[in-house]
Amino acid sequence: MVERVGRAREPGRARWRGGGTGRHGPPGKVRGAVALALMAGGLTACGGGGGTPKLTWYINPDSGGQAAIAKSCTQAAGGKYRIETSLLPSDATAQREQLIRRLAAKDSGLDLMSLDPVFVAEAANAGFLRPFAKGEAAPLTEGVFDTAVQSSMWEGKLYAAPFWANTQLLWYRKSVAKKAGIDPAAPGFTWDKLLDAANRTNTTIGVQGNRYEGYMVWINALIASAGGRIISDAEKGDEASIDIDSPAAEQAASIISRLARSSAASPTLSTDIEEQSRATINGPRGGFLLNWGYVWRAEKGDAEAGAIDKSIIGDLGWARYPRVNPQQESKPPFGGIEIGIGAYGKHRDDLAVEAVRCITSAANMKRYMLDEGNVAARPAIFDDPDILKEFPMAPLMRDSIATAGPRPATPYYADVSGAIQNRWHPPASVNPNTTPRKSAEFIREVLQGKALL
Amino acid sequence: MTSADTALKRPAGAPAKAEISDRGRAERRLGLLLSAPAVIVMLLVTAYPLINAVYQSLFSYRLTAPDDRRFVGLGNYGTALSDPLFWQTVVTTLIITVVTVGVELVIGFALAMVMHRAVFGRRTVRTAILLPYGIVTVISAFAWKYAFDVQSGFVNSWFGLGDFAWFSDRWAATFVIILSEIWKTTPFVSLLLLAGLAQVPRDLGEAATVDGATAWQRLKRVTIPNMKAAILVAVLFRTLDAWRIFDNVFIMTSGQEKTQVLSFLTYQQIITRTELGLGNAVGVLLFLSVVLIAAVFIKGFRVDLSQVRGD
Repeated sequence: MVERVGRAREPGRARWRGGGTGRHGPPGKVRGAVALALMAGGLTACGGGGGTPKLTWYINPDSGGQAAIAKSCTQAAGGKYRIETSLLPSDATAQREQLIRRLAAKDSGLDLMSLDPVFVAEAANAGFLRPFAKGEAAPLTEGVFDTAVQSSMWEGKLYAAPFWANTQLLWYRKSVAKKAGIDPAAPGFTWDKLLDAANRTNTTIGVQGNRYEGYMVWINALIASAGGRIISDAEKGDEASIDIDSPAAEQAASIISRLARSSAASPTLSTDIEEQSRATINGPRGGFLLNWGYVWRAEKGDAEAGAIDKSIIGDLGWARYPRVNPQQESKPPFGGIEIGIGAYGKHRDDLAVEAVRCITSAANMKRYMLDEGNVAARPAIFDDPDILKEFPMAPLMRDSIATAGPRPATPYYADVSGAIQNRWHPPASVNPNTTPRKSAEFIREVLQGKALL
Repeated sequence: MTSADTALKRPAGAPAKAEISDRGRAERRLGLLLSAPAVIVMLLVTAYPLINAVYQSLFSYRLTAPDDRRFVGLGNYGTALSDPLFWQTVVTTLIITVVTVGVELVIGFALAMVMHRAVFGRRTVRTAILLPYGIVTVISAFAWKYAFDVQSGFVNSWFGLGDFAWFSDRWAATFVIILSEIWKTTPFVSLLLLAGLAQVPRDLGEAATVDGATAWQRLKRVTIPNMKAAILVAVLFRTLDAWRIFDNVFIMTSGQEKTQVLSFLTYQQIITRTELGLGNAVGVLLFLSVVLIAAVFIKGFRVDLSQVRGD
C-alpha cells in the first residue's frame, strides 16, 4: 500500500517540477520585452510635450467632462500651456486625503485641483492654496452664486474659483404623490408631511445615511433649515463656538430618527450613499428621494439604456428641499467643485491663473452642465435655452443654490464632520434628546485632540 | 567550513575565544560586510520610520497646522488608552483574530491533509486550494462586499433573507469580514501545515497502524505532536496577520457599525484626520501589541522559526 502511494506520487512531483522549469524560460524574454516597452514609453513621454509647459489638474472622477475642458483649454491656449488631468479617488474624503498629503509634501507637480468646497478652508489655512489677487478674483466671482463665492473664501481672500455648484432637490414619483394626496412642490411642504405621505403609501424616502460626508450633508441641511448651525467663529480653530446643542439640531435629530425607524427608510439606510439611495426610487416601493442634481441625467441615461423602466422618467417630479418648520424656508444642501491652485506649482502665478480662468468660463460651465449634468455656478446660465430644454428643473436648482445652507467653513472640517458622523450614525440610533448634546461634547474633545475618531 | 564543524573539532574544555583563527576572523568580517547592505536597508526602511513614529507620537501635531506643533510627552498615549473607542477596537480586533485563526487552523489542517493525501489530480487540487490566496485582498473584499450587498448581492436571494442588511449590523458585518478573511487566508495556513505534514516520518504512522491505532489516534498521538512546530508557526504568522487586518474592514464597512480595527483606527487618525501625534501613538501601541504577541509565541511556546519557513 505504501509503495503504491509512493509510486503514484512521483509522477505528480515530476510534473510539478517540469512545469517549474517550463516556466523558467519565458520570464527572461518577458522581462526584456517589458523593459523595452517601458523605455519606449519613457521616450515618448519625454518627446511628446514639445517644450509646452504642462499643468497637471487633479480632478474628481466624472464621465470625461473635465478632461474635455482640459483639452479645449489647451487648444485655446495656443501652445502657451497644456493641461493634463490626473484622477482622484471617487469619494470626497479620499480626494481630500490625497490632495492634503501631496500638498503637505510641497508637490510642485500639483498645479490645479478640483476641490470640494468644504475643504477650501482647511487647505487655505494651511497655506496649501495660492490665493487670487483682487484683480484676478473679480472675473472669477462676478456673476457667480454668492454661496459658491463665500465657500471659496477664507479670511477675506479668494482661494478657489467656483466651477460648478450643486444642490439637492426632493425627487418624487408623481403617481405616489397623487396617491398620497400631496403636492411636494407646494410652498410650505415639510418633512413631517413627507414622512406621513411615505408611511401612508408604504413607499421609501431615499436619503444618504452611510457614515460618510453625504450623511453630514443631510444633517447640516436639516439643522440649517431649522434655523440652526453646527459651529460658528470657525477662524478660532479648535476654540470655535460649537452650536450644535440647540433646538434646531433636536428638530433635525427628530426627523432623522423618525425616518430611520419607519417603513419609509431603505433597508440599507445606514450604508446608503447617493447611488444606492437613487436606486430606491426606481424600486417597487420607490416614492421619494433627496439627492443631488445629477439624478435627472442619471435617471434619463438609465431609462435609455433599459436599466430602469422608461415610464419612470415621465413619473419623476421634483420640488425644493422640504422645510423643517412650515413657516421657515428650507436651506438646501450646497456642494459642487471649486478649482484651486497648488501653492507649490511651478506656474502658479501666471499659467495656472490663466487656466483657471479658462476652465471656469461661462461657456465651459454651460458645456460641463450639458456634458455631465452637473450644475453651473453662474446663475445666468440657467436662463440659457439649451439648458432649459435639457434641464426643466433649472430655475428651481438656481433658486435652491442661491438660498442654500453651506456646511461650516473651518480648517478643522474633517474633524467636525467626522465627529458628527460618529455620534449621529447609524441614523436609527439618533435620539433628539441626547444626540445633539453628545455630539457637541464630542466635537470639542476631537478638536482639542482629546479623543480618537 | 561552518561554525558547527569548528565546534566539533575543538578539543573539549578549550576556551572558545582563543580558537578563532585569522581565517575565521576574515570570514566573520566578510560575513558582516556581506550582510551590511541588507542591515542598512533594514535600518532605513524599518528602524527610521519606527523611531520617527515614536518621536512624533510625543507631540500634538497636525499636518495641516505644522506651526502649532507642541510637545505633549506621553499625553497622546494617555488619550488613546483612556478612550473607550480604543478598547472597542481592541475587542473587535481580538474577536476577528481569535475566530479567524481558530477556524483557519481546523479547515487549513483538513485541506493540508487533502493536499498531502491526494492520489490523483494532485496539481489541480493544490491549485484549487491555493487559489484564494493568490487574489489581492482588496479585490476579494470587494467581491464579498458585493456578494452580501442587498441591491447587487446574491447571498440574500440564495438563502431567502429578503432585504437583510448585512453591513448595517455590528455582528453581521463582523461575520462577513471574518468569512472573507477565512476564505482568503486559509490556503496560507494549509500551505504551512502541509510543510509540517511532510516532515512527519511515514514509518511512525505505519508502526502505529500495525499496533492497531485508529485513524483518530494516529492523528492525535502521532501526526499532530510531530508537526507541533509547524502548527505554532502557522498560528503565529496568522495571528500577527489577523491582528493587523485592514483591507477587508476598509472596503466593506469603513469601520462603521463598530467594526473598526486597530490598523483602521491608526489610518483614521493619521491619514483622515492628519493628526500625526495621536495617530502615531495609536500606531506605536499597535506595534507594541504585535511585539507582545510575537514574544509570547516565541518565548512562551518556544516556536522555532527556523524549522518551518512559510514565506
